[in-house]
Amino acid sequence: MMNWTTPPYLLDGQASVRRVMLQVLVGLLPGIGAYVWLVGPSILLQLALATISALAGEALMLRLRGKPLSLFLGDGSAIVTAWLIALTFPPLAPWWLVVVGTLFAIVVAKHLYGGLGQNPFNPAMVAFAACIVSFPALMSQWPALGLKLTFAEQVSIIAGLAPRIDVMSGATPLDAIKTALKLGEGTVDVPTLLATQDVFGNFAGRGWEWVTTGYLLGGLWLWQRRIITWYAPLGFICGLSLLAGALWLWNPQGFASPLFHLFSGGAMLGAFFIVTDPVSGCTTSRGKLIFGFLAGLLAYTIRVFGGYPDGVAFAVLLMNLCVPLIDMYTQPPIFGMKNQR
Amino acid sequence: MLAQLFGFKGGVKPQTNKAPSVQLPIGQAPLPSCLFVPLHQNIGGAPNPLVVVGEHVLKGQLIGGADGWVSAAVHAPTSGTVLAIEEHVAAHPSGLPTLSVVIEPDGRDQWIPRTALDHRSLAPERVREILRDAGVVGLGGAAFPSHAKLTPARAVPMQDLVINGAECEPFMTCDDLLMRERAEEIVRGIAIFRDLLGAKRVLIGIEDNKPEAISAMNKAVLRLAEDYAVVAVPTRYPAGGAKQLIRVLTGKEVPASKRSTELGVQCFNVATVYTAYRALAHGEPVISRIVTLTGNIEQPRNWEVRLGTPMRELIALGRPKADTDRYLMGGPMMGFEIPDLAAPVVKATNCLIAGSPALFPASPPEMPCIRCGACAEVCPHELQPFELYWFSRARNFGKTQEYHIFDCIECGCCSYVCPSHIPLVQYFRFAKSEIWSREREKQAADAAKARFELRNAREEREQAEKAERLAKAAAARGSERKPAPASAAVLPPTVEPVQPVAAAESAEAVSPSDPDTVRKATIVAAMERARAQREAVKPRNTEQLTVEQKNEIAAIEARRAALKPEPAAAQGGRADSATSQERPGE
Amino acid sequence: MITALAIMALGAVVLGAALGYASIRFKVEGDPLVEKIEAILPQTQCGQCGYPGCKPYAAAISAGEADINLCPPGGMDGVRKLADLLGREVKALEAEEKPKQVAIIDEATCIGCTLCIQACPVDAIVGAAKQMHTIIEPLCTGCELCIKPCPVECIHMLPITENLDNWKWKYPVIEIKRAA
Ligand code: SF4
Ligand code: SF4
Ligand code: SF4
Ligand code: SF4
Repeated sequence: MMNWTTPPYLLDGQASVRRVMLQVLVGLLPGIGAYVWLVGPSILLQLALATISALAGEALMLRLRGKPLSLFLGDGSAIVTAWLIALTFPPLAPWWLVVVGTLFAIVVAKHLYGGLGQNPFNPAMVAFAACIVSFPALMSQWPALGLKLTFAEQVSIIAGLAPRIDVMSGATPLDAIKTALKLGEGTVDVPTLLATQDVFGNFAGRGWEWVTTGYLLGGLWLWQRRIITWYAPLGFICGLSLLAGALWLWNPQGFASPLFHLFSGGAMLGAFFIVTDPVSGCTTSRGKLIFGFLAGLLAYTIRVFGGYPDGVAFAVLLMNLCVPLIDMYTQPPIFGMKNQR
Repeated sequence: MLAQLFGFKGGVKPQTNKAPSVQLPIGQAPLPSCLFVPLHQNIGGAPNPLVVVGEHVLKGQLIGGADGWVSAAVHAPTSGTVLAIEEHVAAHPSGLPTLSVVIEPDGRDQWIPRTALDHRSLAPERVREILRDAGVVGLGGAAFPSHAKLTPARAVPMQDLVINGAECEPFMTCDDLLMRERAEEIVRGIAIFRDLLGAKRVLIGIEDNKPEAISAMNKAVLRLAEDYAVVAVPTRYPAGGAKQLIRVLTGKEVPASKRSTELGVQCFNVATVYTAYRALAHGEPVISRIVTLTGNIEQPRNWEVRLGTPMRELIALGRPKADTDRYLMGGPMMGFEIPDLAAPVVKATNCLIAGSPALFPASPPEMPCIRCGACAEVCPHELQPFELYWFSRARNFGKTQEYHIFDCIECGCCSYVCPSHIPLVQYFRFAKSEIWSREREKQAADAAKARFELRNAREEREQAEKAERLAKAAAARGSERKPAPASAAVLPPTVEPVQPVAAAESAEAVSPSDPDTVRKATIVAAMERARAQREAVKPRNTEQLTVEQKNEIAAIEARRAALKPEPAAAQGGRADSATSQERPGE
Repeated sequence: MITALAIMALGAVVLGAALGYASIRFKVEGDPLVEKIEAILPQTQCGQCGYPGCKPYAAAISAGEADINLCPPGGMDGVRKLADLLGREVKALEAEEKPKQVAIIDEATCIGCTLCIQACPVDAIVGAAKQMHTIIEPLCTGCELCIKPCPVECIHMLPITENLDNWKWKYPVIEIKRAA
């Protein structure tokens, strides 16, 4: 074992990468719980699939790169990526889609850039973006919430044994209004739409907002545990709701409320688990705020005006590109230099 | 009392482990069998030895005189005989040797005559001199000569004198015990520093985990009717860093680029104050200090130890346990592992800790930085340690300086919390010493370049002057005898810029050949003499040689033996071409 | 098609003009390259590179006449820095790298011939005719030029050993592999 003859000789016995990652996983649990309640245990299958393929990909890459397996496999970072992928992919996506996405994230987005700590882009978001570009149809097939499928049925859909088309009538709330607005060509307005569809329940019924609330709770817990800081999430939420709020006030018929935007799609997951990714995000406090804010603006723009159902992935990837620049310009003044700028 | 405490950002709260070593009062360490007093125990100039081998010295006698203003004297810790002045392993992480005076105690422990002085009756310059000659340096660990910190800045009035009794390092209790037992002397000593600096306010900062020390100091301040404020500061490492304590007590932040006097504040450790008081009021120079001996030993305790005591002998007093695998000097956060226990206790030795695998578990393997920012959050100097790490690792030293590496106080908070267990401080130390060494090399290179250019210019000028003289002489001769001598015609009146390599050839053309033979003969004769001398040479000092010197001599002898059979012809030939060169004196 | 071509062509013209303007506007006077190269060279002035000093070698490098791996005192570190500056490949050093040295005169043998004084490029030797000579250690660059001229061979090179003043903290060893 290593024996540093370097101070400090005392170390915080608690601190380790593994511990950080484990807490992030714990933070995801409330959201996952709500997810299971909403669409059934199929998501657990997807999580397991993603986890296994992530670990396999990680092990393969570590071996190829000659790194110690036990040390890095145990750090938990691959599992975090895997879970984020499973949670952003449609819950009934075919098994190979999740596997391919996860492997892509681990092999290309993580290890080809140098592995843990070196990847400039968030691996989960890279996987999401790559898959939605390559398999747009599969990536936008969400199960209708009214659909009551048994676990066996879900498994057979995921395994590709059952026909997909008839069960995939559903959509996420975001998708729902976008498609409806497109079809209706202005004859429908958002409030009536939201009132008639069954995916967003305005916290009154069974809808996706409960899942996002789960993410919010998990994120707040992480913040309280000091695993994440509040800068990036607040920035993201502000960015998203600012634009959403402005457009909603201007035309409440044509745009959904900020509340709707915050609690649908990947907004909360993005705010607390994706823009807070330390590796691919900004490191300075002001940088984190800016990073989150711009990611929020972009996410809204892409999700409302772009061609994809949700914009968080692309927004985060675009912002990842700007990280070095933002960091460079937001270096905080150091001890004793505060009045000298 | 102080109305408000200012916080400092960052910091950590490691286990303090102070309780074991405060159970017993300060003990007097017995006289060791032999003392190794390093001459260079302070930051700044290395003192010169003032004693000779065999001399009998008295306790407190000056054995090393301060060299320059930023330097401090060194004294004999007891009476005895100087056995040697030689290189002895230093109390330093490298384990390299340093020039030390080896004293064998005679057991009488006999003082030099001491005179008590009152600093109020002396000129401030005189007080500073006395402090320097008494060897008073910062005893918190930095060992910076105290008198050099006692000159107030001209432009800024001195506001606050901060007395540092915080002692934030885990395990360490030497200042705590000193304040408990000798508070009155400390309080009296503060007056010296206050008067020298003209400070308006005196703030004594003590971490609030030392209630006994706080009350002792409070009582002493009351008893002596001084208006010093004893302030309990929250316990958080590194609250005892000078800059952090200044910040906590006064709200002022001293950057690395400034001296604290420029902000009207100065900071001294309580132990320093104590030694300054002893030096003035009792005429006792710094010959001992309080050392915490703790860690994995049977009897943790603070000892008053003579400087120069081999660490091994001191550690034996505490009876280390069987599984002790290393010893640290200084605290576990900023100290270092002692490579050799023969190293002596010096002025900077505030604490010796016996370590065991249980006490200081080996750091888990280093992982890549995940940029989590935990290090930046705890950095008391608000640096971005991971950026510094990144650039130090890549040896991009310019960038490390841009990110203020020299503001890093190496407190170790960042390494303490890093989830990837990166030895950040080690990277920073590496980068800093690399930058310093490059700076030195650069300076040496610049100086060499300047000297080279100067020399070239001089040679050029001399050549030109010489040519001019020759031309004049030729012209004079030419007017007598018509055909001009060839040697003068060869040289144009102005010579091209001469490079040293080319110098020999152009010079050869100039030299007349007549005196040449004479010179050649002298050289050959001289060589003969030299050879004879070389053989006959009797080294004068053959007894007191260090190992290195002996090795060196052996190596030189070997080289000489290899050179001897070389034919004289080769040398003669070389001398030939060389003699035709110009002498600078001509 | 035509419009596309036209747009591309226009873009090229505009950018070209901008670059051309920039190169005139921000033109650097003099030849700082030689100076930059010289700043990297160790200024030992030993001539081992085949040039009569560091400056001529710097000039030769910048003129493209000399390779960057000819200076032994500069070591691989120097080659690396030069490669960095000039955007060239790092090459192995021509000669082998030696530890830093200083010259020392065996004072008992010195006959005071002043030959070494003349050889020393940086005036690091003091002495006068027929007097014992000595080398001012901090000024000596270790170029070895004084060794040859000495008729009585009393000058030797001593490697500079590590001491407390030049001791450096070492690069942290990374032993991730071992830990597995
Ligand atoms: S604490 Fe360690 S892992 Fe985290 S940013 Fe700092 S150096 Fe990197
Ligand atoms: S060691 Fe340096 S960088 Fe690390 S916390 Fe302390 S001051 Fe900051
Ligand atoms: S070899 Fe290096 S040090 Fe010697 S003269 Fe040439 S450039 Fe200068
Ligand atoms: S003393 Fe000798 S080795 Fe040193 S710089 Fe002068 S010539 Fe070179």
